Amino acid sequence: MRPSPARTPLIVRLGQSFDMRSWQMAGLFAAFALFAVPIMHLALPPDHPLHLSTYFITLIGKILCYAIVAVAMDLIWGYGGILSLGHGLFFALGGYAFGMYLMRQIGRDGSYQSDLPDFMVFLDWKELPWFWVGSDSFVWVALLVLVVPALIAFVFGYFAFRSRIKGVYFSIITQALTYAAMLLFFRNETGFGGNNGFTDFKRILGYSITAPETRVVLFGLSALTLLGTLLLARTLVTSKYGRILTAIRDAESRVMFIGYNPLWYKLFVWTLSALLCAVAGALYVPQVGIINPSEMSVANSIEIAIWVAVGGRGTLIGPVIGAFIVNLAKSWFTVSFPEYWLFFLGTLFIVATLYLPQGIVGLCRKLRAGMKRDRHPLAPAAKGVQA
Amino acid sequence: MRTTGLLFCGWLLSTACLAAIDPTLLKPLASEDSESKIAAIAALAQAAPDEALPVLKALADDSLALAGERVVIVDGARVLDAASHTEIKPTPAATETIGINNRVRRELSGALAALRLFSTERAVRWQAAQELTLSADAKMLPLLDKALAVETDPEIRKRLQLAHAQASLGSTEAGVRLAAVRVLGESSDPNVRQMLLPLTEKRGDAWIEPDSAVRAAARTSIRSIEQRLAWADNLGRAFTGLSLGSILLLAALGLAITYGVMGVINMAHGELLMVGAYSAWVMQGVFRAYLPGAIDWYLLAALPVGFLSAALVGILMERIVIRHLYGRPLETLLATWGISLFLMQVARTLFGAQNVEVANPVWMAGGIEVLPNLMLPWNRIIIVGFSIAVLAVMWGILNLSRLGMFVRAVTQNRAMAGCVGVPTGRVDTLAFGLGAGIAGLGGVALSQIANVGPDMGQGYIVDSFMVVVLGGVGQLAGAVWAALGLGVFTKFLEGWTGAVVAKIVVLVFIIIFIQKRPQGLFALKGRFVES
Repeated sequence: MRPSPARTPLIVRLGQSFDMRSWQMAGLFAAFALFAVPIMHLALPPDHPLHLSTYFITLIGKILCYAIVAVAMDLIWGYGGILSLGHGLFFALGGYAFGMYLMRQIGRDGSYQSDLPDFMVFLDWKELPWFWVGSDSFVWVALLVLVVPALIAFVFGYFAFRSRIKGVYFSIITQALTYAAMLLFFRNETGFGGNNGFTDFKRILGYSITAPETRVVLFGLSALTLLGTLLLARTLVTSKYGRILTAIRDAESRVMFIGYNPLWYKLFVWTLSALLCAVAGALYVPQVGIINPSEMSVANSIEIAIWVAVGGRGTLIGPVIGAFIVNLAKSWFTVSFPEYWLFFLGTLFIVATLYLPQGIVGLCRKLRAGMKRDRHPLAPAAKGVQA
Repeated sequence: MRTTGLLFCGWLLSTACLAAIDPTLLKPLASEDSESKIAAIAALAQAAPDEALPVLKALADDSLALAGERVVIVDGARVLDAASHTEIKPTPAATETIGINNRVRRELSGALAALRLFSTERAVRWQAAQELTLSADAKMLPLLDKALAVETDPEIRKRLQLAHAQASLGSTEAGVRLAAVRVLGESSDPNVRQMLLPLTEKRGDAWIEPDSAVRAAARTSIRSIEQRLAWADNLGRAFTGLSLGSILLLAALGLAITYGVMGVINMAHGELLMVGAYSAWVMQGVFRAYLPGAIDWYLLAALPVGFLSAALVGILMERIVIRHLYGRPLETLLATWGISLFLMQVARTLFGAQNVEVANPVWMAGGIEVLPNLMLPWNRIIIVGFSIAVLAVMWGILNLSRLGMFVRAVTQNRAMAGCVGVPTGRVDTLAFGLGAGIAGLGGVALSQIANVGPDMGQGYIVDSFMVVVLGGVGQLAGAVWAALGLGVFTKFLEGWTGAVVAKIVVLVFIIIFIQKRPQGLFALKGRFVES
């Protein structure tokens, strides 16, 4: 065997994956999330013009979690060419896993003053089901958040990619998967609170979940996780692995003929993406205070795709922008003109696919390039071979 | 209600030729004691079946009364002598209503039913025979014998024989009971099974039925009834499965064209169903307002309207959006999802967020009773027939018409079809319109059995994609088999797992199935498979 060239240490590669400007932006963002927000929320009096309300913190915190999901989606869709319509499932599973811990933290403060969560008392259950064992331990639940959704994604992905299911077929069966899971979680007997899911949380690690300090900490954690996700994703897509992944996206058959097995490349990014979604879900639930099966609905999963499409596929920062734009618009519309929200969202889907093939990021690049003729970097280059 | 009316008419007709009843038979009806009342009812019914009917009916209606020593029937302002059924003049000053308790009332209704067995109206006798099947006892045996002797209608005879057998179960002679148990074995009524069950059980240490031959016969009879019941159950399940399959087929047929043949993922397909269903609702409103006489036929008018409006929406979708996305299936998926959200909100704005009510026309109400525990509703039967018709028409269009030939040509090789002069752009539009129109027809049919509301389309989208994916892309036959298979499979599964679990199992089954056969049940062979 030929000695391979000395590999660059991981930490250096991580450092190199952002350019100077990106690091500056990231630093600015971290400073805002970790210092400015706590000061503006906690230290300033409520009537101060720069005071950030609880509503604002919760809203932005929620969108930060969505942005993590969007980046995870961009990894598989933008770089892997796999459109998942089931990412809501992994998000919700992460949320449910962490929700179990939050339910146990309520302790005897629920309406029935029982050791069991309220919905179990309501269903007349006498003891915790087996999968709730250990759910009072933060470490165990954190492990569940990381392992369970990733494992499900791994098994599902292994069989799907091994059978070389791709394109719309894959999208449709992921849709069926999340739909089946939603039906399952809607049942009371499944053991996850049925229709109502988990809610009325009181504490997290012993701290009150509604305290402003807890909110600020959760907000900061979400922001840091988003930054970490971006850094990881950037490192990944600029690595050799990322190049092969992109090559598989553009011409899977050619990559196979060269001698790569696309299965493991796809499977890795798919599982990683599911894991990131689960982490986002776990951060989302304590901030929003509820998790129920409607998070797994087909519509929710498709909405994730539109964040990515609006922001720009294959750009990593685009999906973050997309998630912010769409969700800010959503919270504005649903308060001011609820009846127009679906019109807006529907139009957004159509406009984004018809006129913004690279999303807002692509549009900005185009404008900056001075209307220079811009070729679609995602257009399948190997149509002839595939057909 | 109708039966009571008929009964009343029959009674009016028969009053003219009634002979007088012996007043001594009537007297005990007024006694304080329930036992003697019951005995009197039985005696009266047996002695003078024809004349007793109005008296017993009056007793049941609380209009039989005592005027001094005479038993009378109070009929509004008139007072009739119960024995001779003639009006008493002058009207007695005070009458005392003869009250009855629930026990007497039960006996009375049995006796009344038995008496109605001699009515001249077939419908009245049929109803009476049916009521008797559930309540016959040994006291009615002589009456049933009499009725059997004169009854000629075969269906009523069969019922009466059952009732007779049932009444004989209480007989003291083992031979009579044995014969009865054997006759009851012919039934396929779950109630008869319930009635036979005690014969095979012990109470304390003793058998309820002392004779062992009768017990054995009862066991055989129960088994044969159970077999017949299970058969009817499975038949019923197969039919509801077929019905679900036909609904899935209607929902998926349009998709089989747009996705299967044209390769376009249309997430707004469910909303095209919704367009069809709302056109049925609109036509119902139009007929109510302008043609109230022909309201039962609004559904026929809704078919072309549903087809055209859905086709129009489909053609607009194709022209404005989908046309620009050919060859980019994932983008098409997202864009059509946007369209579906848009259409849902349009429906909500136009027709309100609540479900609207679409009534079944009279000719779709009711059903055929195949077996006592199996009823096939007309609306389901008609929808099964309708989906077969739609399938036939679609097959015809695709295989026999010029447009169909063009569609197939474009499916197989777009570039080559274009080269030989097929207007591919127009063919796309028309094919999409056709698929959308078929969805509209499906929507009209769905309006008869499902809720019609802005969200209705969402419920069908996953199912119809499952049908198309399972059946195999580009195949009508595949869609048909997949729809029927899924329908029947789901319904049989529901029998022992419940609806939600059945649905989950079916979805998981499809996910696994697709892993094994990514091309679906019926794969296109050749070089088009891999793309």
